[in-house]
Amino acid sequence: MNINQFLQHALTGISVGGCYALIAIGYTLVYGILRLINFAHGDIFMIAGYFMIFSFAVMPFPIAILVTLVATTVLGILIEKFAYSPLRQAPRMSVMISAIGVSYLLQNLATYLFTALPKAYPAIPGLKQVIKIGDISTSLVTILTPVITILLVVLLLWLVNKTKIGMAMRAVSRDYEAASLMGIKLNKTISFTFAIGSLLAAIGSILYFTDRMTVFPFSGSLPGLKCFVAAVFGGIGSIPGALLGGFFIGICETIIKAVGLSTFSDAFTFIVLIVMLLIKPTGLFGEKNIDKV
Amino acid sequence: MNKMKFKDKINIDLLIYIAIIVVSVIVLMYLDMNKFEYNYAISIIEKSLVYAVVALSMNIVTGFTGLFSLGQAGFMALGAYTTAILTIPVAARPNVYYMNGILPALENVVVPIPVALILGGLVAALFAALIGIPVLKLKSDYLAIATLGFSEIIRAVIASPMMDKITNGSYGLKSIPGFKSSIECFVFSLVCIVLMILIINSSTGRDFKAVREDEIAARSVGINIFKTKQLSFIVSSFFTGVGGGLLAMFMRSIDSKTFQITLTYDILLIVVLGGIGSITGSIVGAFFVTAGKEILRFFDEPLVIAGTEVPLFKPGFRMVIFSILLMVVVLFFRKGLLGGKELSVKVFKKHSRKKNEDNVSEGGKE
Repeated sequence: MNINQFLQHALTGISVGGCYALIAIGYTLVYGILRLINFAHGDIFMIAGYFMIFSFAVMPFPIAILVTLVATTVLGILIEKFAYSPLRQAPRMSVMISAIGVSYLLQNLATYLFTALPKAYPAIPGLKQVIKIGDISTSLVTILTPVITILLVVLLLWLVNKTKIGMAMRAVSRDYEAASLMGIKLNKTISFTFAIGSLLAAIGSILYFTDRMTVFPFSGSLPGLKCFVAAVFGGIGSIPGALLGGFFIGICETIIKAVGLSTFSDAFTFIVLIVMLLIKPTGLFGEKNIDKV
Repeated sequence: MNKMKFKDKINIDLLIYIAIIVVSVIVLMYLDMNKFEYNYAISIIEKSLVYAVVALSMNIVTGFTGLFSLGQAGFMALGAYTTAILTIPVAARPNVYYMNGILPALENVVVPIPVALILGGLVAALFAALIGIPVLKLKSDYLAIATLGFSEIIRAVIASPMMDKITNGSYGLKSIPGFKSSIECFVFSLVCIVLMILIINSSTGRDFKAVREDEIAARSVGINIFKTKQLSFIVSSFFTGVGGGLLAMFMRSIDSKTFQITLTYDILLIVVLGGIGSITGSIVGAFFVTAGKEILRFFDEPLVIAGTEVPLFKPGFRMVIFSILLMVVVLFFRKGLLGGKELSVKVFKKHSRKKNEDNVSEGGKE
């Protein structure tokens, strides 16, 4: 592998990693607040792909993007309202099964409505434009992805650390009951968290599928799990951690594929997960969680 | 006096179970004799039996020990591949491994089917023991994702080019000897199910339940938490492996794509619908879901009433129905069909007597 090839792969890895980071943030936020692995998150990401395909077919692309973002956000909020909020007092296993149920439902619904065959993802004008830097040729979206990701993370950090709703989110994730005693509206805060997570998943979906060019009903399940691993790697509950985890998984995966071990690229992610859980279960930036009896 | 009554009731249940088994055997024999006529029914029954074994084995670890494991598909793959590799007739092997050839050491190894199934279970149990050491220390949700990860790793290894000479890589295995009759399938499944029931009702099974209910209390009465979890995980994986072997025999050809995460979800659907922590629930659930999927197949075909096509009916509709059913059960009947109880005479009697009271109290909770 010469230096140019290496740079080429590194660039692809960073781009994929950016998308992963955006999805991983959704996992981290939801887990931080509800202590729930939102198994449906990857499928929300997949449905966002379909939203884009169908809205793009009937309207100009800036509006289509807007519609996709809004529709996905609403979907995220609705899922929380219908599938998770009735189970607030239920054991954790029930909520997790509910999340798996939603994921199962979204996948089957997508198969039913849009068939299992991959559908072509629309090319957003300009995004696939080829750019040459020295000997490396790449498309605009590859370069744009990490930039957008980092911008969004900065924005999100500001939101979480400096605004009132962000403070509410942090309070709820620290202590559920105490937060509601302090007058924080639990349901509103949780809905808001899901909205942000889904919005980021929608943005990630646009960037990811523009590069992949097709969407099918199961295209969200594996990226979803990988992004959860990314969130665990960075430390669940930590936004910079999710960013770092996303980039790490994306880059490693691309390198493994480039070396010619592509059958193991998915397995690698899970090896990372298990090694991480063994060495440092709280992840890179995670806080230590003390279990109360 | 009380003890006597209790014993009597158990005997009534036992008698009913034996009666069910005898009736099933007679029905199956009849079906076997008219194999061509009832081909479809036989295949549904066989599939249900296999799924009942796997669902019950998942219930041991998830329902009775309270460990949410999502590694089912991976352990099934181990059992299925072991069984397949050891039972494919030698004559058929060059045809199966036509791309890369077979490992010389395995070329002529054929064992009887029961031995192959047990070996399949043992391989799965061995992996479970190795995996269990790091994984079982994790908390519930991490455990779920870690076991799911392991199942994906197993699948990747099976499909990898390095395993070509053993698992035939991504080409999969075919020509696996199937069940000679549905009775054979019934006997294998029954043995597994009875063994699992005996384990669940033994003192070990009570340890499992104690760990599920309250780890700290269990520890304080001298139960070794980690060992109990490990044992439950290994026992469950053993039967999952055997179930995987049975599935391979049922399907007659397998590849790594058979054992995707969706398979685990399908089994979870059975366990949840039947009731987490209910033996009879898993068994009834397996038949209900498998037969339901087949019976509802007409939902997937275009339906024409009076010359106009009903737009709802197209491929995938029945799976949507099942997903909605799963969500309804999870949200409104959190305990499933049987909810930790067992189907027995006692329950029926109690139920018919208490039905009205139950309805009132449950309505109050909502």
